[in-house]
Amino acid sequence: MPHPETWLRVTPAGLWCEPGGFFIDPLRAVDRAVITHAHSDHARPGHRAVLASAETIALLRTRLGAGAFGTTMALGWGERLRLDEVTLWLEPAGHVLGAAQVALQWRGSRVVVSGDYKRVADPTARGFVPVACDVFVTEATFALPVFRHPPPAQEIARLLDSVALFPGRSHVVGCYALGKCQRLIALLRAAGWDRPIWLHGAHVALCETYAALGVPLGDLRPATQAAASDLAGAIVLAPPSAIADRWARRLADPVVCAASGWMRVRGRARQGGVELPLVISDHADWDELNATLDEVGAPEVWVTHGREEALIHAAGKRGITGRALRLLGYGDEDAAAA
Amino acid sequence: MIAFAALLERLAFTPGRHAKIALLRRYFATAADPDRGIGLAALTGELRFTAARPGLIRDLLAARTDPELFALSYDYVGDLAETAALMWPAAPGAAAPPGLAAVVAALIATPKAELPAMLAGWLDASDASVRLALLKLITGGLRVGVSARLAKLALAERAEGRVSADAIEEVWHGLAPPYTALFAWVEGRGARPDPAGAPVFRPPMLAHPIAPADLAALDPAAFRAEWKWDGIRVQLVATAGARRLYSRGAEDISVGFPEIVAAMDFVGVLDGELLVVRDGVVAPFADLQLRLNRRTAGARLLRDHPAFVRLYDILFDGSEDLRALSFDARRARLEAWSARLRPARMDLSPMIGFATLAELAALRDGARAAAIEGLMLKRGDAPYLPGRPRGLWWKWKRDPLTIDAVLMYAQRGHGKRSSFYSDYTFGLWRGAELVPVGKACSGFTDQELVFLDRWVRNHTVARFGPVREVDKALVLEVAFDAAQPSARHKSGVALRFPRIARLRPDKPADAADRLETLMASITPRG
Repeated sequence: MPHPETWLRVTPAGLWCEPGGFFIDPLRAVDRAVITHAHSDHARPGHRAVLASAETIALLRTRLGAGAFGTTMALGWGERLRLDEVTLWLEPAGHVLGAAQVALQWRGSRVVVSGDYKRVADPTARGFVPVACDVFVTEATFALPVFRHPPPAQEIARLLDSVALFPGRSHVVGCYALGKCQRLIALLRAAGWDRPIWLHGAHVALCETYAALGVPLGDLRPATQAAASDLAGAIVLAPPSAIADRWARRLADPVVCAASGWMRVRGRARQGGVELPLVISDHADWDELNATLDEVGAPEVWVTHGREEALIHAAGKRGITGRALRLLGYGDEDAAAA
Repeated sequence: MIAFAALLERLAFTPGRHAKIALLRRYFATAADPDRGIGLAALTGELRFTAARPGLIRDLLAARTDPELFALSYDYVGDLAETAALMWPAAPGAAAPPGLAAVVAALIATPKAELPAMLAGWLDASDASVRLALLKLITGGLRVGVSARLAKLALAERAEGRVSADAIEEVWHGLAPPYTALFAWVEGRGARPDPAGAPVFRPPMLAHPIAPADLAALDPAAFRAEWKWDGIRVQLVATAGARRLYSRGAEDISVGFPEIVAAMDFVGVLDGELLVVRDGVVAPFADLQLRLNRRTAGARLLRDHPAFVRLYDILFDGSEDLRALSFDARRARLEAWSARLRPARMDLSPMIGFATLAELAALRDGARAAAIEGLMLKRGDAPYLPGRPRGLWWKWKRDPLTIDAVLMYAQRGHGKRSSFYSDYTFGLWRGAELVPVGKACSGFTDQELVFLDRWVRNHTVARFGPVREVDKALVLEVAFDAAQPSARHKSGVALRFPRIARLRPDKPADAADRLETLMASITPRG
């Protein structure tokens, strides 16, 4: 059985599967790309042929337009596909809508490239499915024991509590446009918030795509068209870059909130001028990362990006060999997307 | 404990005063006695105990975590208590900590040797927010930006008009945690707690800055004038059993000024200015700042920076409340009191005779000593009223000094100003180099703020976190009250109350002032 490092390699363009003739989440334009999910650091424009889940392809069309790639091909969950000598299939990663792990098999040796993932239930994304493998390729965005995400419902309750305490102020929540925004809306709806939710322009199109893909989000309205009185006591979602900047001046004495795994650390929240930090992340926390390594049972783990040092150290103590791939270019949007 | 931890967490990130008051008001309304009273004491710094050193936290954590993971985590987070709170491994089945009052009681009563095990048990059963509150509590550093005054304002809101913050102020220092009687009074369930012979603080009477129109309308015969001294306003309270020195904000600063407390050999309440005075000459404010920065004063500091109080009002003589008397009558009482007692380390702020406003203006312009900020004008017939009543006391500061400085860095403000670059660091030329000399975040109009914000965004040359470095191309006219030598600043000079007086986009940066010019304007001592 060939060792995975003989057939899956890091090149300047990204992770290259030689016997299959394709890249996974390449960092520059290539001939054939398999894309795990539609975030811009993993899905860059310009590839000649793209393979991804149907949801990811729909989201990419919204984000980048129809002409971003030569051809696209959607692969159903668990459906096996032969690319040259390699058998490939997709399993849900739980990260955002359409996010997939890519399972690869060549001559009896199996690698799972997990992309970005989380383990906690998310009403807007299919839950993570562990796949046994010889090498598990993982992210390590929150790979420090200080990162333990509380239950998301508890964080939503803190937001709604603040809305009740400051009924005359709008609550503007900084969140990434793809995934976090829709998850927050779904969590708010699940907590009983059925009033309109106001959106920054950057969030509108992706919410429409989510709704078209069967994720109900309720009454959403563009914040730019709101009367000042509409926004008192309202919840507004906007990109993290807008919440404490000029765009937010239209809001009624806003309480600046941000939803991200980074909000667990006070210094990070302060830096962004956040008044109500909400620890809600689409990435696995420390416990989830370690539990996942144990569950997939791979003797070897490759870490794409993040705080790989701590994860490799912790894995090593359990007899798992760790290797840092140092794929520069992933996590560019961590601060926003996490 | 959970409610208190949640309150601390919210307060730590809330910049606005109103929002802080709303958070406190709700905590006082929803938490029960005695927890809320202990919470109030912890927030206002009345809970003075240190149950543990930071070393204890480190030891506890070292026994439970991998040293390499701890090092990586601490390096990332940067704060020991926060690192411990975040990475502490939860132990299911441990008993949750009791309520705040019971936690504090246990921390005080538990022998040092048993403390680590008790604390570890609580941490095992808590979430990160409660763990951080516990750790900050035991190391004595809540740092959530709540002053005692703010807490009293929140209590007054809770009282819904029954009791004012000033009324709470007058009983506050006669009370002790958990303030059960105070809450009962505020909630209309009990009588006003009687401070009896306690050395309580009385809300001070404050002055308004005088505007040109107020000055023009001023009747010189009705007003008395004194110098406005550049120290800090203090209240001296002495009863038969106790002596206190309070700052204007009701903070007890007695411990830092033992020589003043020792000289308070009387029963009464006096109002005055705390200064550092050597051989009868008032030292610059920076000298007093040295004393204020330390909670206690060492022998050397006491010798080299001797404290002094310049008295200007008497509120109580013995147990007689003089506040309803006119200023003239109180002044006569003060002079008689001073002649009778001749207290050490104190004198009277002299009255300045004048007949016309022109004469007064000449006096004000002629005063260049660093210790004098300008004039105080007080109505002779005004009683001593708490707060800032209009038209009774005026402060008429000397015209500020100005320099033309170059904008170097800008930082975003807080709260309502969080979308604006509203904190400006400016500098002066030393040779071909610009040296930062101060920071200002006030003085400009709303339109000027919009202009400055846009200018900063369009002229950014580098970013350091929340700070932007800008083109050295915009001249600001900076007003300040005094320039004083400073060993702590790179420029060697510190400005008192710098603010933006005017924008000078018309002026080229190389025509801004030089550092030598500012150094030459450093006001002489005395």
